[in-house]
Amino acid sequence: MFSTPLVIQVYKYMSLQEDHLGTGVWHMQQTSVEQLKQHAIELRKTAVTMVYEAQSGHPGGSLSAADVISALYFRELNVDPTNPKWEDRDRFVLSKGHVAPIQYAALALRGFVSNESVYTLRQYGSPFQGHPDMKKCPGIDISTGSLGQGLSCAVGMAIAGQRDEKDYRVFAMVGDGECQEGQIWEAIQAAVKYKLDNLIVFVDNNRLQIDGFCEDVMPLLDLEKKFDAFGFDTTRIDGHSMEQIVETLDTFAKQKNGKPKCIVCDTVKGKGVSYMEDQAAWHGTAPNKEEFELAIKELEGGLPV
Amino acid sequence: MSVTKKAVEKKATRAAFGDEIVRLGESNKDIYVVDIDIGKSCKTDKFIEKFPMQHINVGIAEQNGAGIAAGLATTGKIPFISTYAVFGSLRMAEQIRQEVCYPNLNVKIACSHGGLTPGNDGGSHQAIEDMGVMRSFPNMTVIMGADYHSTRKLIAEAAAMYGPVYLRFTRDAVPMIYDENETFEIGKAKKLRDGEDIAIIANGDTVRLAIEAAEQLEQNGISVKLLDMHTIKPLDVEAVKDCLDIGRIITVEDHNILNGLGSAVAEVIAEAGKGQLARIGVQDRFGESAPYEKLLEINGITVEDIIAKANQLLTN
Ligand SMILES: Cc1ncc(C[n+]2csc(CCOP(=O)(O)OP(=O)(O)O)c2C)c(N)n1
Ligand SMILES: [Mg+2]
Repeated sequence: MFSTPLVIQVYKYMSLQEDHLGTGVWHMQQTSVEQLKQHAIELRKTAVTMVYEAQSGHPGGSLSAADVISALYFRELNVDPTNPKWEDRDRFVLSKGHVAPIQYAALALRGFVSNESVYTLRQYGSPFQGHPDMKKCPGIDISTGSLGQGLSCAVGMAIAGQRDEKDYRVFAMVGDGECQEGQIWEAIQAAVKYKLDNLIVFVDNNRLQIDGFCEDVMPLLDLEKKFDAFGFDTTRIDGHSMEQIVETLDTFAKQKNGKPKCIVCDTVKGKGVSYMEDQAAWHGTAPNKEEFELAIKELEGGLPV
Repeated sequence: MSVTKKAVEKKATRAAFGDEIVRLGESNKDIYVVDIDIGKSCKTDKFIEKFPMQHINVGIAEQNGAGIAAGLATTGKIPFISTYAVFGSLRMAEQIRQEVCYPNLNVKIACSHGGLTPGNDGGSHQAIEDMGVMRSFPNMTVIMGADYHSTRKLIAEAAAMYGPVYLRFTRDAVPMIYDENETFEIGKAKKLRDGEDIAIIANGDTVRLAIEAAEQLEQNGISVKLLDMHTIKPLDVEAVKDCLDIGRIITVEDHNILNGLGSAVAEVIAEAGKGQLARIGVQDRFGESAPYEKLLEINGITVEDIIAKANQLLTN
């Protein structure tokens, strides 16, 4: 049902490198917490570089999401880079689609696309659109960009998996600001009604949106309690603690109890780049040369604990 | 083409959806219905009963319904979202744009209560701009059948093709026009009459009016070409161009005269640089509670209006 010519075209465009393709099954469960942390730093560097090269894009929310993305792509998601549309794959929906750079970075490191190609972000003809485009980029399960909508699509995928008696799971990531959209709560209602325990929702709770702190723009109150009140199994973790992320994925997220799961991840917007941290101004701003070099230097030094 | 002479029998085209979707669901387990709490009214009840595992009811949450349908479509399902035209085209318009049309997913939006047909519900429920909105989205196909049988055929065609389709039905019963065996092709106008003096292009529930007007005009010695333009996008441009030699064209639609069939035909005529057009339709005004036929009358969408427009064009 998908037009293969497009996908082939994308591969050609990206001139996939041998060393990133055909590596077969990733031995995910063997990826150690240490490796995941290392990957998260790589993802951050790649995402910041992409935004720097494009002089456009969203670094803040990419950096806050990096640790969860690392755990998903290098440990959790049952996907096959050589067959991105494999019908039994786990799905990942980046409902906060503006942080596409961090997902593209993961797709590259995981071998869906070549490492070099992602630096065409936001350029004419690039598969790496400003927001994820399932028609152009392998490994994207649904196009997003308009906030509040991706979670509904994730619910649709999870219903299909359930009805088809498939084992795949659907992971989604929403922003905290995004949770101001009414449609998010519509999707949550439906996930509970249809008992989608194959759906795992991460809230990237970085407390910021475009115009400032969510608390000031439109208070979200306690998202953990809200998801819980709507009928989700809910937990709250430090979204930068790889230990907690892995532990939560290994236990909490795997419960087959007829309830969808929500993991509220307390994060820092801009995490890992000192001058970006907790700054609304770095939501959608590209660093200049000096700022970029400082960012890479800081990231290479590792994250302060 | 064969027009049934017993044009007295009437059926709402939403009933065509209710019947056809059951037939489709039977032969294809990927056919899903996404209801939004108006299943009964939209005639999905038989489908629900027969295929509960192919049915989802999202409650009164149109936007989520559209998103869920998109998610289902990514897995190879063929979801039909079922609601009223005013909500299906407007409340979920952005969701349809972003999550259905932009990724070109195989989602069908099947809407009852098209145009002025929900007369007594009032202006809030009369969808006069829906086809215009849907026509603006790349990848979208926009269809309204003229009667029960043609609507069934067009629904089947929509299910068989890949990509987003907006289907619009009548709430109220409209006369049966076509024989059960008539075939229809999406994007191809159905020629109901050939003629030389004037061309009438109608769609949906106004085709019946155009047929009657054409018959009366013929009785007065005016030769009429009549097209049922069930698909307004992709428009059958060739069929419109074939009317340019006649030069006098009337469009008739139960939709705002802006952005619907009349506008689509006007675009072809303007680009061709020849021909005269008169548009009959809702006069860019909201409706009110009234019988459906009364609302048509207020907007000048009657047999008499079509005849008067024809005579006007002929004397110009
Ligand atoms: C429907 C919609 N409205 C507005 C925007 C513009 N926008 C892009 S990002 C953003 C803020 C998102 O905040 P949040 O969800 O908290 O994401 P994060 O902090 O992780 O970047 C807004 C308003 C959008 N993309 N979609
Ligand atoms: Mg935020």
